[in-house]
Amino acid sequence: MVGLHKSDFKNPVVRWIDQRLPIPSMLTKEYAEFPTPKNFNYFWNFGALAMVCLVVMIVTGIFLAMHYTPHVDYAFDSVERIMRDVNYGWLLRYIHMNGASMFFIVVYIHIFRGLYYGSYKAPRELLWILGVVILLLMMATAFMGYVLPWGQMSFWGATVITNLFSAIPIVGPDIVTWLWGGFSVDNPTLNRFFSLHYLLPFVIVGVVFLHVVALHITGSNNPLGIEPKGPQDTIPFHPYYTIKDSFGLVIFLIVFAFFVFFAPNFMGHPDNYIPANPLVTPAHIVPEWYFLPFYAILRAVPDKLGGVVLMFASIFVLFVLPWLDTSPVRSMKFRPLARPFFWVFVAACLLLGYCGAMPAEGIWVVLSRVGTAYYFLYFLVILPVLGKLERPLPLPASISQRVLGGGPVPAAAASKPMEKA
Amino acid sequence: MRMLRLALAAAALAFAAPVHAAGPSVAIPSQTWSFGGLFGTFDRASAQRGFLVYKQVCASCHAMKQLAYRNLEGIGLSEDEIRAIAADVMIKDGPNDDGEMFERPGRPSDRFRSPFPNVQAARAANNGAYPVDLSLITKARENGANYLYALLTGYRENPPAGVEPMEGMHYNEYFPGHWIAMAQPLWPDMVDYPDGTRATIEQMARDVTTFMAWAAEPELEQRRAMGVRVILFLIVLAGLTYGVKRKIWADLKH
Repeated sequence: MVGLHKSDFKNPVVRWIDQRLPIPSMLTKEYAEFPTPKNFNYFWNFGALAMVCLVVMIVTGIFLAMHYTPHVDYAFDSVERIMRDVNYGWLLRYIHMNGASMFFIVVYIHIFRGLYYGSYKAPRELLWILGVVILLLMMATAFMGYVLPWGQMSFWGATVITNLFSAIPIVGPDIVTWLWGGFSVDNPTLNRFFSLHYLLPFVIVGVVFLHVVALHITGSNNPLGIEPKGPQDTIPFHPYYTIKDSFGLVIFLIVFAFFVFFAPNFMGHPDNYIPANPLVTPAHIVPEWYFLPFYAILRAVPDKLGGVVLMFASIFVLFVLPWLDTSPVRSMKFRPLARPFFWVFVAACLLLGYCGAMPAEGIWVVLSRVGTAYYFLYFLVILPVLGKLERPLPLPASISQRVLGGGPVPAAAASKPMEKA
Repeated sequence: MRMLRLALAAAALAFAAPVHAAGPSVAIPSQTWSFGGLFGTFDRASAQRGFLVYKQVCASCHAMKQLAYRNLEGIGLSEDEIRAIAADVMIKDGPNDDGEMFERPGRPSDRFRSPFPNVQAARAANNGAYPVDLSLITKARENGANYLYALLTGYRENPPAGVEPMEGMHYNEYFPGHWIAMAQPLWPDMVDYPDGTRATIEQMARDVTTFMAWAAEPELEQRRAMGVRVILFLIVLAGLTYGVKRKIWADLKH
């Protein structure tokens, strides 16, 4: 189809633009009128929150990069210059530093939401897969960002993680040399990490765009896990969810601000305020908290290659999750048998996180192995088998029926205005 | 703050706290600090005395190269006092037009002069041990301020019974592994406080810790003051946003 877009806008300027480049029409369709299930709870805020985090990280990061020097001799001091001499540099850096943690908290809750309410199931498989790609990109970006201040944990974290690739048979050591740009973590490593740390967020923006496009094809899942049956089940995104997301955002910003202003180093490690020293190894090398569960899986296996394979497998298993979960019912609300297994899975993830922070010895190794075993058991055995065995609870006929309490529901429940979490 | 940290650790990040628990564990006694808690500010008089302790004791071995003399305004010194303090030290500058390095009196814009030109010189003068830069020391140690105070007051003339003495090392109750290369730095009355405060070891340790805590986080007071305003603003905004949300959703006829 060639020719001007048919525009409904009254404003002549907007209309002129819209006829030639129908972005206003598109935004109206996708963000104002976009029909959205009416029964979201506050877990559905976290996608928007993640988007805000991404923007905050990119904006603060661009300004930090104006003052940062990616050189082993100057990196640490340049960060201190930002903290001391750049106007509000401490604010920029603390927002960026804690923003990374906030981003992961938000994204982990977002993933939790997807797992509990079965948002990964058909027809949203690709939407989910794009989400896992974003998670992987975030991990790479965060890891390289943590290296930039060139403190002790930066250096030794980078050494440990890049060394993982040496476990690959035959070509491993060559790959590590290639990653480092030399024979140890050094200036070339810092330079390329800075370059990639600046690049990857924009790649994330691209994948987030695809994530959102895919979302707008299938529409959102909802706490009941059943598709809207018609207009009575949906409401326009604006103003209902724009305002609900705004409220959630302000609450999130309060938590964020608390850390930035009152406990900016709570989630960091004191050793990273010691300049990197290749000759002194810290007593315990620990990654940032958001990597701890994966670090625990890595160390649960006595064999290096085995540990590396399992660690990567723990992410890659998420790619095939839509096909591992054989149950046609999405929401755990209607899966009485799966629900306890799911909560044990959440507990296993937290346990792994805890073990990742402890030294790899004694009871912590045993617990790491238990956690790791359950993590994979849940995805590879429990979910596939449960789908066949379980008798799910009866699903409501539609979102409206459930929300309105139509049918045989007590009057008290029926008078409840909306489902709120 | 301790309770708060525990509560936070339990709630959002059940696994963040133990990261720091690692290492040889000697319980570090907690002190009350002027800058502690959520709203504390630096005790200016104590920080100024602490600067004296640093200048007369620590600075003979330890650098604080992230600080400039002009920063001392942050602990309440006047411009003239700072000018005088800076002018007291000779700073290596250059090269001049003849290509020569030369020495000149310090200026407020100079960074604190380091006692040694490089790491090797520092090691050579200290039996092979490197006196660390103290600019960030309270941030670079777990429980930094309490640890620093404990370390400075934790020297014992003799190790406990049954512990073999170590040649050239000093026994400290709170240093990880107990044997520290640094000899006991503080002795009673070694610094003359112009305000008449008695320079006990505890007093000097407290003062120099306050000074170092300020040096590590000179933005702390501004940060907390801004934080109070930001969070109060956000709480009001949250209330308003929630009201608007209720109003908008009220017209949804179920």
